[in-house]
Amino acid sequence: MIWQIELIILILVVLFGIGALAIRDLLGAAILFGAYSFMLCLLWAIMGAVDVAFTEASVGAGISTVLFVSAVLRTTRRTDN
Amino acid sequence: MDDVLTFIIYRLNYFVYIILMLLGMYGIFIKNNYMKKIIGLNILQTAIILFFISIGAKKDATIPILELHNGHGAHEAVQAVHYINPLPHVLMLTAIVVAVATLGVALAMAIKIYKDFGTIEEDKVLFQMTVDLDNKIIK
Amino acid sequence: MRITGLILFVLMGCLLFYGVLDFPVWGDPLSPASSHLSPYYIEHTMADTSVPNIVTSVLADYRGYDTMFETIVIFTAGIICIFILKTFKATRSESRKYRHIPTGITLRIEKGGKTPEDSDHFERIDSVWIPYDLVIRTTCRMVIPFIQVFALYVIAHGHHSPGGGFQGGVILGASLVLFAIGFNLRLAISQVGEKITVFMCALGVFIYAGTGIMCMFLKSNFLDYSALAPFWGTDPVTARSHGILIVEIGVGMAVMAVMILLYYTLASAGKYDEGL
Repeated sequence: MIWQIELIILILVVLFGIGALAIRDLLGAAILFGAYSFMLCLLWAIMGAVDVAFTEASVGAGISTVLFVSAVLRTTRRTDN
Repeated sequence: MDDVLTFIIYRLNYFVYIILMLLGMYGIFIKNNYMKKIIGLNILQTAIILFFISIGAKKDATIPILELHNGHGAHEAVQAVHYINPLPHVLMLTAIVVAVATLGVALAMAIKIYKDFGTIEEDKVLFQMTVDLDNKIIK
Repeated sequence: MRITGLILFVLMGCLLFYGVLDFPVWGDPLSPASSHLSPYYIEHTMADTSVPNIVTSVLADYRGYDTMFETIVIFTAGIICIFILKTFKATRSESRKYRHIPTGITLRIEKGGKTPEDSDHFERIDSVWIPYDLVIRTTCRMVIPFIQVFALYVIAHGHHSPGGGFQGGVILGASLVLFAIGFNLRLAISQVGEKITVFMCALGVFIYAGTGIMCMFLKSNFLDYSALAPFWGTDPVTARSHGILIVEIGVGMAVMAVMILLYYTLASAGKYDEGL
């Protein structure tokens, strides 16, 4: 629980969250969302929650990103907002 | 000033959790696109999970898996102070499962809306719905 | 409307910041969350269930009722996704693309036309067609068996290491999704169809609830695994450990089936013929 690593990962988590909501390309938003999930997995591994980190790595950074990308395939890719 | 800084550093996880939760709610309320709303919903769910895991952390404690030194026979006394609180982890495993189930259903609904209306921007969908309603009433 | 929402959540943010001032310091061993019930679970899990992974024993034994409903929730989500998107009328209302392999010409057949019969010269391609790539296909062929063996290891070894039924089920589902992405969605559906997948999903939930009901038949409480001790001829403590393994297998099967179903339905938008 070294506080320097935690500080960097927490700042990156907030930046990725803001980026996933602000970007206009929906495919980029899906990939940034996968990166956000992976940073959270690292945060939980640092805090000692190994089961939750395992689940978040397999679900959030794995299946969830694939489902998002396939949904973006079936709808549009650009958005105005 | 130094006191406030120490106060913030000791509770940094909680402040980041509040910022993430507000970010998720901003995505659900203010954004116009349905995909962004779904991303905001998921950010909100993971922020709640961050909060619960932060509650259960303990300083100088190890992961909640017991080590067997002598096999199944003799086990020395296990002290709860040496292990991280496992109860929030259990609750959050269920929360992650429910989050992925909700994500699947929400994406299916977004694809269906796109098939029916041709767009996934919320104001255009609402406009088409009210226009159809007016046409049906006038006819 | 938007302005009202903006004002409301700024207000909520201020209230939450005010609430943080009362929290205990992060990492305090004497905080209220770690003082009441969790010391009991940490100290008694070896004596009650002989499972060293405290999270698995609490999830599948002490709080097994919650986990059963979580399995039912994810099963319901898979079924709902199929109901929302699946097109039940088998009308061929769109155009299909066929490619003539020897010359590389692509045909597009509009609705109502005659499609070429199955022969070695024509293959059906998707709208987002990528040519045959040797590297991706060989890598997928080599990696997928190892992913599946690792997933089975995660399910079976959940007693002693981080893991369990849910994580192993997701990794198994992800291996089939990799197969569908690397090769072809139609090939994946012909190997593991949707009927067998829905059956496996229901079977997983049935295994979990069936274990609980069998405990009731043996004159004990619902989901009390120590009543199953006569089946294996061991003492009640080891019987609880085996009961946890059985319900983890049920959970893993249900979760794998739902992940596969979600991918099939979302990637083809209900039609089950063209994919990612």
